[in-house]
Amino acid sequence: MDKSTNVLIVDDYKTMLRIIRNLLKQLEFDNVEEATDGQEALAKLRAGNFGLVISDWNMQPMTGLDLLKEVRADARLKHMPFIMITAESKTENVVAAKQAGVSNYIVKPFNAETLREKIEKVLAHA
Amino acid sequence: MPDGAAGDDRIEAAVRAVLGSLSGAMTATEAALLAELEALGREVARAKSEIAALRVEDINDSHIPAATDELDAVVEHTAEATNQILDCCEKLEALQAQLSGEAAEVVGTAVTRIYEACSFQDITGQRIGKVVAALKAIEARVAVATAGFARPDAPPVPAPEGEAASQTEGQRLANGPQLPPAAASQADIDRLLASFD
Repeated sequence: MDKSTNVLIVDDYKTMLRIIRNLLKQLEFDNVEEATDGQEALAKLRAGNFGLVISDWNMQPMTGLDLLKEVRADARLKHMPFIMITAESKTENVVAAKQAGVSNYIVKPFNAETLREKIEKVLAHA
Repeated sequence: MPDGAAGDDRIEAAVRAVLGSLSGAMTATEAALLAELEALGREVARAKSEIAALRVEDINDSHIPAATDELDAVVEHTAEATNQILDCCEKLEALQAQLSGEAAEVVGTAVTRIYEACSFQDITGQRIGKVVAALKAIEARVAVATAGFARPDAPPVPAPEGEAASQTEGQRLANGPQLPPAAASQADIDRLLASFD
C-alpha cells in the first residue's frame, strides 16, 4: 500500500473529518486534505493530484453519490479510487453507489481495521 | 362556523325552534331523533371550539422551534465533547511516541478504539436531523389540519413543502442511519458488493 498517496477526505461533520484523518495518520497516510461537501471536493480534485477519495454520502448541496458521478464523468479523474464511508446502509444505496462506480463502501460506525482493509484493497487495484 | 358558547347557543336555539314547531305532530321516535341531533350538534360545536383554542400558531411559532433549538444544542454539545475527547487522544498519541513495547501498543490500541467510538457523534447528529425533519413535517400537517377551525385572527397557514422536483439521486437516497434491527452490517454490504463481481 503506497502510504505517500494524496488522500482527500470529504464529510460535512468536522469531527468525522478529524477522526478519519487521525485514523489515516495511524495508518501512516500523512498527505491528507479535507473537504466539507461534494462541490468543494470536486474543486480540490480538479485542482490537485489525489490518489484516493474517502467520502461521506449525506452532504449538502452535493452528496457523495453526486460527487462520485462527477468524478467518474471527468476524463482525468474517472479512474480515481473512491471509497464511500456513510451511515446509509440500505441495499438501494449500496447498489446505486456500485452502479455509479464506487471502489468500496464502508458503513458507519466503522472500525480502523475495516478502513485499513478497504484502502489496501482499492489501492491494490488502482 | 359556530364558535364556542355562542355557537352552542345558536345550535340549541335552532333545535329548540324546530322542536317547538313540531311538538304537536311528533312521534316519540322523532322526538328522540331530534334530541340526538341536538346532542350531536353540541358535540360538534364543542369539538370545533376546542380545536380553535389549540392556538396552532403557538405550535408553529414556539413549540416546534424550541424543540429543534434544543436538539441543535444537543448536537453542538456532543460535538464539543467529542472534540475534547479527540484533543486528549491526540495528546496520548504524542505521548505514545515516548513509550515503547507493550505500553506503546496498549496506548495506541486504546486511542484507536476511542477514535472508532467517537464516530457516534456523526451518527447521533444524523439521527437528530431526522427527528427535526419529522417535527417540521408534523408542524406543517397539524397546521393544515386545523386551518379550517382557526380563530379569525390567526395568521394564514403556509402550504406544506412538497418534494423538491429537482432532487438528485444522491439527495433522494440520503436518508441517514437506519435503526439497528434494519441496518445492514459491513459484512452484509461486503456480500452485496461481492455479488456484482
